[in-house]
Amino acid sequence: MMRLPPKALVPALALSAMASAALAHGYRTGNLTIQHPWSRETAPGQAVGGGFMTITNKGASEDRLVSGTSPVAAEVQLHTMTMDGVVMRMRQVEGGIAVPARGALELKPGSYHIMLMGLKRQLRQGDRFPVTLRFQRAGNVTVQFAVQPVTSTGPMESGHAGH
Amino acid sequence: MLDTEQQESRSGLARLRTALWLVLGVATLVGLAVIYDRGHPAGNPADDYAHAFGGPFTLTAPDGATVTEKTLASKPYAIFFGFTRCPDVCPTSLARMARLRKQLGPDGMKFNIVFVSVDPGHDKPADLGNYVALFGTPILGLTGTDAQLDQIKKGYGVYSAKVPQPGGDYTIDHTAAIYLMTARGEFSGTIDHQESDATALAKLKRLIA
Ligand SMILES: [Cu+2]
Repeated sequence: MMRLPPKALVPALALSAMASAALAHGYRTGNLTIQHPWSRETAPGQAVGGGFMTITNKGASEDRLVSGTSPVAAEVQLHTMTMDGVVMRMRQVEGGIAVPARGALELKPGSYHIMLMGLKRQLRQGDRFPVTLRFQRAGNVTVQFAVQPVTSTGPMESGHAGH
Repeated sequence: MLDTEQQESRSGLARLRTALWLVLGVATLVGLAVIYDRGHPAGNPADDYAHAFGGPFTLTAPDGATVTEKTLASKPYAIFFGFTRCPDVCPTSLARMARLRKQLGPDGMKFNIVFVSVDPGHDKPADLGNYVALFGTPILGLTGTDAQLDQIKKGYGVYSAKVPQPGGDYTIDHTAAIYLMTARGEFSGTIDHQESDATALAKLKRLIA
Protein backbone atom coordinates (compact mmCIF):
# COMPACT_ATOMS: atom_id res chain seq x y z
CA MET A 1 0.00 0.00 0.00
CA MET A 2 1.73 3.13 -1.23
CA ARG A 3 0.53 6.32 0.39
CA LEU A 4 1.06 9.75 -1.04
CA PRO A 5 2.97 12.16 1.16
CA PRO A 6 0.63 14.95 2.32
CA LYS A 7 2.39 17.55 0.18
CA ALA A 8 1.41 15.70 -2.99
CA LEU A 9 -2.21 16.53 -2.21
CA VAL A 10 -1.71 20.23 -2.70
CA PRO A 11 -1.38 20.21 -6.51
CA ALA A 12 -4.22 17.72 -6.68
CA LEU A 13 -6.47 20.13 -4.80
CA ALA A 14 -5.46 23.03 -7.02
CA LEU A 15 -6.18 20.88 -10.03
CA SER A 16 -9.55 19.87 -8.69
CA ALA A 17 -10.53 23.51 -8.29
CA MET A 18 -9.70 24.13 -11.95
CA ALA A 19 -11.24 20.88 -13.10
CA SER A 20 -14.51 21.52 -11.34
CA ALA A 21 -14.95 24.67 -13.36
CA ALA A 22 -14.19 22.83 -16.59
CA LEU A 23 -16.40 19.75 -16.12
CA ALA A 24 -20.18 19.84 -16.29
CA HIS A 25 -20.95 19.21 -12.64
CA GLY A 26 -18.00 16.90 -12.27
CA TYR A 27 -14.92 17.14 -10.10
CA ARG A 28 -11.44 15.72 -10.33
CA THR A 29 -8.76 14.99 -7.79
CA GLY A 30 -5.73 12.93 -8.71
CA ASN A 31 -6.99 9.85 -10.51
CA LEU A 32 -10.57 10.29 -9.34
CA THR A 33 -13.50 11.92 -11.09
CA ILE A 34 -16.68 12.59 -9.13
CA GLN A 35 -19.76 13.03 -11.27
CA HIS A 36 -23.25 14.40 -10.67
CA PRO A 37 -23.39 14.56 -6.89
CA TRP A 38 -27.11 14.85 -6.10
CA SER A 39 -29.39 14.75 -3.14
CA ARG A 40 -33.12 14.55 -2.47
CA GLU A 41 -34.96 17.59 -1.14
CA THR A 42 -35.94 17.41 2.51
CA ALA A 43 -39.00 18.48 4.46
CA PRO A 44 -38.86 21.43 6.88
CA GLY A 45 -37.35 20.17 10.11
CA GLN A 46 -36.11 16.92 8.58
CA ALA A 47 -32.85 16.09 10.33
CA VAL A 48 -31.34 13.69 7.83
CA GLY A 49 -30.69 13.67 4.09
CA GLY A 50 -29.01 11.35 1.62
CA GLY A 51 -26.53 11.96 -1.20
CA PHE A 52 -25.42 10.05 -4.27
CA MET A 53 -22.67 10.31 -6.92
CA THR A 54 -20.41 8.25 -9.17
CA ILE A 55 -16.67 8.15 -8.46
CA THR A 56 -14.42 6.92 -11.24
CA ASN A 57 -10.81 5.90 -10.67
CA LYS A 58 -8.49 5.85 -13.67
CA GLY A 59 -5.46 4.95 -11.56
CA ALA A 60 -3.83 1.55 -11.21
CA SER A 61 -4.38 1.49 -7.43
CA GLU A 62 -7.57 1.16 -5.44
CA ASP A 63 -8.57 4.25 -3.53
CA ARG A 64 -11.04 4.52 -0.69
CA LEU A 65 -13.71 7.06 0.23
CA VAL A 66 -13.13 7.28 3.96
CA SER A 67 -15.23 10.18 5.22
CA GLY A 68 -16.81 13.52 4.49
CA THR A 69 -17.82 16.80 6.06
CA SER A 70 -20.34 19.45 5.11
CA PRO A 71 -21.35 22.83 6.49
CA VAL A 72 -25.02 21.81 6.11
CA ALA A 73 -24.78 18.82 8.46
CA ALA A 74 -23.35 17.99 11.85
CA GLU A 75 -21.95 14.79 10.43
CA VAL A 76 -21.52 13.04 7.07
CA GLN A 77 -21.72 9.26 7.26
CA LEU A 78 -21.17 6.55 4.68
CA HIS A 79 -24.06 4.10 4.47
CA THR A 80 -25.22 1.14 2.52
CA MET A 81 -28.69 -0.30 2.07
CA THR A 82 -29.80 -3.81 1.25
CA MET A 83 -33.09 -5.61 0.72
CA ASP A 84 -33.34 -8.85 2.63
CA GLY A 85 -36.51 -10.26 1.08
CA VAL A 86 -39.08 -7.57 1.85
CA VAL A 87 -37.04 -6.10 4.70
CA MET A 88 -34.99 -2.95 4.09
CA ARG A 89 -31.78 -2.67 6.09
CA MET A 90 -29.49 0.37 6.21
CA ARG A 91 -26.04 0.26 7.78
CA GLN A 92 -23.23 2.68 8.42
CA VAL A 93 -20.12 1.53 6.55
CA GLU A 94 -17.02 1.24 8.71
CA GLY A 95 -13.57 1.68 7.22
CA GLY A 96 -14.64 3.47 4.06
CA ILE A 97 -15.81 2.30 0.64
CA ALA A 98 -13.37 1.06 -2.02
CA VAL A 99 -13.06 2.86 -5.34
CA PRO A 100 -11.63 0.05 -7.49
CA ALA A 101 -8.55 0.61 -9.65
CA ARG A 102 -9.62 1.47 -13.22
CA GLY A 103 -13.19 1.18 -12.06
CA ALA A 104 -16.00 3.10 -10.47
CA LEU A 105 -17.88 3.33 -7.22
CA GLU A 106 -21.53 4.22 -7.60
CA LEU A 107 -23.40 5.77 -4.72
CA LYS A 108 -27.03 5.42 -5.75
CA PRO A 109 -30.52 4.69 -4.39
CA GLY A 110 -30.79 1.13 -3.17
CA SER A 111 -27.06 0.93 -2.47
CA TYR A 112 -24.24 3.03 -1.06
CA HIS A 113 -25.05 6.62 -0.15
CA ILE A 114 -23.75 9.40 2.03
CA MET A 115 -26.00 10.30 4.91
CA LEU A 116 -26.12 13.88 6.14
CA MET A 117 -26.88 13.60 9.84
CA GLY A 118 -28.08 16.61 11.82
CA LEU A 119 -29.07 18.79 8.87
CA LYS A 120 -28.64 22.46 9.70
CA ARG A 121 -30.99 23.65 6.98
CA GLN A 122 -33.67 22.36 4.68
CA LEU A 123 -32.44 21.08 1.32
CA ARG A 124 -34.63 22.65 -1.34
CA GLN A 125 -35.03 21.72 -4.97
CA GLY A 126 -32.50 23.60 -7.08
CA ASP A 127 -30.13 24.31 -4.18
CA ARG A 128 -26.56 23.18 -4.09
CA PHE A 129 -24.51 22.48 -1.02
CA PRO A 130 -20.82 21.55 -0.59
CA VAL A 131 -19.48 18.31 0.80
CA THR A 132 -15.77 17.73 1.29
CA LEU A 133 -14.95 14.11 0.59
CA ARG A 134 -11.80 12.52 1.96
CA PHE A 135 -10.11 9.77 0.01
CA GLN A 136 -7.30 7.62 1.35
CA ARG A 137 -5.00 8.35 -1.61
CA ALA A 138 -6.43 11.27 -3.49
CA GLY A 139 -7.00 13.35 -0.38
CA ASN A 140 -9.76 15.92 0.05
CA VAL A 141 -12.03 17.27 -2.63
CA THR A 142 -15.01 19.56 -2.21
CA VAL A 143 -17.98 18.85 -4.48
CA GLN A 144 -21.36 20.55 -4.82
CA PHE A 145 -24.46 18.39 -4.41
CA ALA A 146 -27.46 19.38 -6.53
CA VAL A 147 -30.77 19.07 -4.66
CA GLN A 148 -33.43 17.31 -6.71
CA PRO A 149 -37.13 16.45 -6.17
CA VAL A 150 -37.76 13.82 -3.52
CA THR A 151 -39.18 11.62 -6.26
CA SER A 152 -35.81 11.43 -8.11
CA THR A 153 -34.18 8.06 -8.58
CA GLY A 154 -31.02 9.32 -10.29
CA PRO A 155 -29.16 12.48 -11.26
CA MET A 156 -31.04 14.77 -13.61
CA GLU A 157 -29.20 14.56 -16.89
CA SER A 158 -29.58 18.20 -17.74
CA GLY A 159 -30.51 21.47 -16.16
CA HIS A 160 -29.69 20.94 -12.51
CA ALA A 161 -32.76 23.03 -11.90
CA GLY A 162 -32.21 26.56 -10.76
CA HIS A 163 -28.67 26.90 -12.12
CA MET B 1 -37.83 -9.21 21.92
CA LEU B 2 -36.56 -12.66 21.05
CA ASP B 3 -39.24 -14.22 23.20
CA THR B 4 -41.96 -12.31 21.42
CA GLU B 5 -40.60 -13.35 18.06
CA GLN B 6 -40.38 -16.96 19.08
CA GLN B 7 -43.89 -16.93 20.43
CA GLU B 8 -45.17 -15.37 17.28
CA SER B 9 -43.28 -17.79 15.07
CA ARG B 10 -45.12 -20.62 16.78
CA SER B 11 -48.53 -19.12 16.20
CA GLY B 12 -50.69 -20.29 13.37
CA LEU B 13 -51.18 -16.77 12.09
CA ALA B 14 -47.45 -16.27 11.72
CA ARG B 15 -47.16 -19.53 9.79
CA LEU B 16 -50.01 -18.45 7.57
CA ARG B 17 -48.27 -15.14 6.89
CA THR B 18 -45.02 -16.85 6.03
CA ALA B 19 -46.83 -19.14 3.65
CA LEU B 20 -48.61 -16.17 2.13
CA TRP B 21 -45.38 -14.29 1.53
CA LEU B 22 -44.00 -17.29 -0.29
CA VAL B 23 -46.90 -17.64 -2.67
CA LEU B 24 -47.90 -13.99 -3.08
CA GLY B 25 -45.46 -13.21 -5.86
CA VAL B 26 -46.75 -15.92 -8.17
CA ALA B 27 -50.26 -16.55 -7.00
CA THR B 28 -51.76 -13.14 -6.35
CA LEU B 29 -53.17 -12.53 -9.82
CA VAL B 30 -54.50 -16.04 -10.30
CA GLY B 31 -55.49 -16.56 -6.70
CA LEU B 32 -57.52 -13.47 -6.01
CA ALA B 33 -60.29 -14.30 -8.44
CA VAL B 34 -60.83 -17.63 -6.71
CA ILE B 35 -60.09 -16.56 -3.17
CA TYR B 36 -62.20 -13.46 -3.36
CA ASP B 37 -65.36 -15.39 -3.93
CA ARG B 38 -67.34 -14.21 -0.94
CA GLY B 39 -70.01 -16.01 1.02
CA HIS B 40 -67.96 -18.88 2.40
CA PRO B 41 -68.37 -19.62 6.09
CA ALA B 42 -65.73 -18.20 8.44
CA GLY B 43 -62.56 -20.19 8.87
CA ASN B 44 -62.17 -21.16 5.24
CA PRO B 45 -59.13 -20.11 3.19
CA ALA B 46 -60.92 -17.13 1.63
CA ASP B 47 -61.72 -15.67 5.02
CA ASP B 48 -58.23 -16.38 6.29
CA TYR B 49 -56.76 -14.56 3.31
CA ALA B 50 -58.94 -11.45 3.76
CA HIS B 51 -57.96 -11.28 7.42
CA ALA B 52 -54.34 -12.37 7.15
CA PHE B 53 -53.18 -8.74 7.38
CA GLY B 54 -54.92 -5.77 8.90
CA GLY B 55 -57.15 -5.42 11.92
CA PRO B 56 -57.75 -2.70 14.45
CA PHE B 57 -55.27 0.09 15.12
CA THR B 58 -55.12 3.53 16.69
CA LEU B 59 -52.63 6.09 15.40
CA THR B 60 -52.14 9.85 15.21
CA ALA B 61 -52.41 12.04 12.09
CA PRO B 62 -50.14 15.08 11.48
CA ASP B 63 -52.88 17.42 12.78
CA GLY B 64 -53.08 15.43 16.01
CA ALA B 65 -56.33 13.65 15.14
CA THR B 66 -56.75 10.03 16.13
CA VAL B 67 -57.09 7.67 13.17
CA THR B 68 -58.32 4.10 13.43
CA GLU B 69 -59.15 1.40 10.90
CA LYS B 70 -62.74 2.71 11.11
CA THR B 71 -61.65 6.21 10.08
CA LEU B 72 -60.20 4.72 6.91
CA ALA B 73 -63.22 2.54 6.18
CA SER B 74 -64.77 4.87 3.59
CA LYS B 75 -62.30 4.00 0.82
CA PRO B 76 -59.82 1.29 -0.08
CA TYR B 77 -56.30 2.15 0.92
CA ALA B 78 -52.67 1.37 0.21
CA ILE B 79 -50.74 1.29 3.46
CA PHE B 80 -47.05 0.87 4.10
CA PHE B 81 -44.52 1.28 6.82
CA GLY B 82 -41.23 3.17 7.02
CA PHE B 83 -39.54 6.23 8.43
CA THR B 84 -38.55 9.63 7.09
CA ARG B 85 -34.80 8.86 7.39
CA CYS B 86 -35.31 5.87 5.12
CA PRO B 87 -32.69 6.19 2.38
CA ASP B 88 -34.58 4.90 -0.57
CA VAL B 89 -37.40 2.40 -0.32
CA CYS B 90 -39.78 4.79 1.46
CA PRO B 91 -39.38 7.82 -0.83
CA THR B 92 -39.42 5.52 -3.85
CA SER B 93 -42.63 3.81 -2.71
CA LEU B 94 -44.33 7.10 -1.87
CA ALA B 95 -43.25 8.60 -5.20
CA ARG B 96 -44.54 5.54 -6.98
CA MET B 97 -47.95 5.62 -5.30
CA ALA B 98 -48.21 9.31 -6.20
CA ARG B 99 -47.28 8.51 -9.81
CA LEU B 100 -49.74 5.58 -10.07
CA ARG B 101 -52.51 7.71 -8.63
CA LYS B 102 -51.85 10.31 -11.31
CA GLN B 103 -52.03 7.59 -13.97
CA LEU B 104 -55.46 6.57 -12.70
CA GLY B 105 -56.79 10.03 -13.51
CA PRO B 106 -60.04 10.89 -11.72
CA ASP B 107 -60.10 7.37 -10.21
CA GLY B 108 -56.84 8.16 -8.45
CA MET B 109 -58.68 9.62 -5.48
CA LYS B 110 -60.79 6.49 -5.01
CA PHE B 111 -58.18 5.14 -2.64
CA ASN B 112 -56.14 6.60 0.19
CA ILE B 113 -52.38 6.40 0.52
CA VAL B 114 -51.28 5.81 4.09
CA PHE B 115 -47.68 5.96 5.31
CA VAL B 116 -47.04 4.74 8.84
CA SER B 117 -43.79 5.81 10.48
CA VAL B 118 -42.40 3.08 12.69
CA ASP B 119 -39.84 5.57 14.03
CA PRO B 120 -41.75 7.61 16.63
CA GLY B 121 -38.42 8.53 18.24
CA HIS B 122 -37.47 10.66 15.25
CA ASP B 123 -40.77 11.26 13.41
CA LYS B 124 -43.33 13.35 15.26
CA PRO B 125 -46.78 13.56 13.64
CA ALA B 126 -46.18 17.11 12.36
CA ASP B 127 -42.77 16.10 10.88
CA LEU B 128 -44.45 13.27 9.09
CA GLY B 129 -47.03 15.67 7.66
CA ASN B 130 -44.24 17.87 6.27
CA TYR B 131 -42.50 14.86 4.80
CA VAL B 132 -45.49 13.34 2.98
CA ALA B 133 -46.38 16.82 1.66
CA LEU B 134 -43.23 16.70 -0.51
CA PHE B 135 -44.85 14.10 -2.77
CA GLY B 136 -47.47 16.41 -4.28
CA THR B 137 -50.59 14.31 -3.59
CA PRO B 138 -52.67 13.76 -0.45
CA ILE B 139 -50.91 11.12 1.65
CA LEU B 140 -51.93 10.36 5.21
CA GLY B 141 -48.88 10.12 7.46
CA LEU B 142 -49.56 8.26 10.69
CA THR B 143 -47.53 7.33 13.72
CA GLY B 144 -48.14 6.51 17.36
CA THR B 145 -46.70 5.30 20.59
CA ASP B 146 -44.55 2.17 20.64
CA ALA B 147 -47.54 0.19 21.91
CA GLN B 148 -49.84 1.53 19.19
CA LEU B 149 -47.25 0.77 16.54
CA ASP B 150 -46.74 -2.72 17.93
CA GLN B 151 -50.46 -3.33 17.49
CA ILE B 152 -50.58 -2.33 13.82
CA LYS B 153 -47.26 -4.03 13.03
CA LYS B 154 -48.58 -7.23 14.53
CA GLY B 155 -51.80 -6.90 12.56
CA TYR B 156 -49.97 -6.40 9.28
CA GLY B 157 -47.18 -8.85 9.98
CA VAL B 158 -44.68 -6.02 9.66
CA TYR B 159 -41.18 -6.51 10.96
CA SER B 160 -39.29 -3.47 12.18
CA ALA B 161 -36.40 -3.15 14.56
CA LYS B 162 -34.14 -0.41 15.83
CA VAL B 163 -30.52 -0.98 14.94
CA PRO B 164 -28.02 0.99 17.03
CA GLN B 165 -25.54 3.11 15.10
CA PRO B 166 -21.92 3.68 16.15
CA GLY B 167 -22.56 7.33 17.13
CA GLY B 168 -25.33 6.42 19.59
CA ASP B 169 -28.17 7.04 17.15
CA TYR B 170 -30.13 4.26 15.51
CA THR B 171 -31.63 3.30 12.19
CA ILE B 172 -34.62 1.08 11.46
CA ASP B 173 -34.88 -2.16 9.54
CA HIS B 174 -38.39 -2.63 8.25
CA THR B 175 -40.73 -4.51 5.94
CA ALA B 176 -41.08 -2.53 2.73
CA ALA B 177 -44.18 -4.08 1.13
CA ILE B 178 -47.25 -2.01 0.27
CA TYR B 179 -50.49 -3.56 1.57
CA LEU B 180 -53.70 -3.04 -0.38
CA MET B 181 -56.81 -3.00 1.79
CA THR B 182 -60.46 -2.82 0.82
CA ALA B 183 -62.90 -0.25 2.20
CA ARG B 184 -63.96 -2.99 4.64
CA GLY B 185 -60.39 -3.21 5.89
CA GLU B 186 -59.85 -6.61 4.31
CA PHE B 187 -56.52 -7.59 2.83
CA SER B 188 -56.55 -7.58 -0.96
CA GLY B 189 -52.87 -8.07 -1.86
CA THR B 190 -49.50 -6.39 -1.84
CA ILE B 191 -47.39 -4.32 -4.18
CA ASP B 192 -43.77 -5.29 -4.04
CA HIS B 193 -41.03 -2.72 -4.63
CA GLN B 194 -39.67 -4.78 -7.52
CA GLU B 195 -42.96 -5.10 -9.43
CA SER B 196 -43.50 -3.12 -12.60
CA ASP B 197 -45.75 -0.06 -12.59
CA ALA B 198 -48.09 -1.92 -14.99
CA THR B 199 -48.60 -4.77 -12.51
CA ALA B 200 -49.05 -2.37 -9.62
CA LEU B 201 -51.55 -0.30 -11.63
CA ALA B 202 -53.60 -3.42 -12.44
CA LYS B 203 -53.77 -4.25 -8.73
CA LEU B 204 -54.89 -0.73 -7.85
CA LYS B 205 -57.56 -0.79 -10.56
CA ARG B 206 -58.90 -4.01 -9.13
CA LEU B 207 -58.81 -2.54 -5.63
CA ILE B 208 -60.94 0.48 -6.55
CA ALA B 209 -63.24 -1.31 -9.03
CU1 LIG C 1 -28.44 5.97 5.16
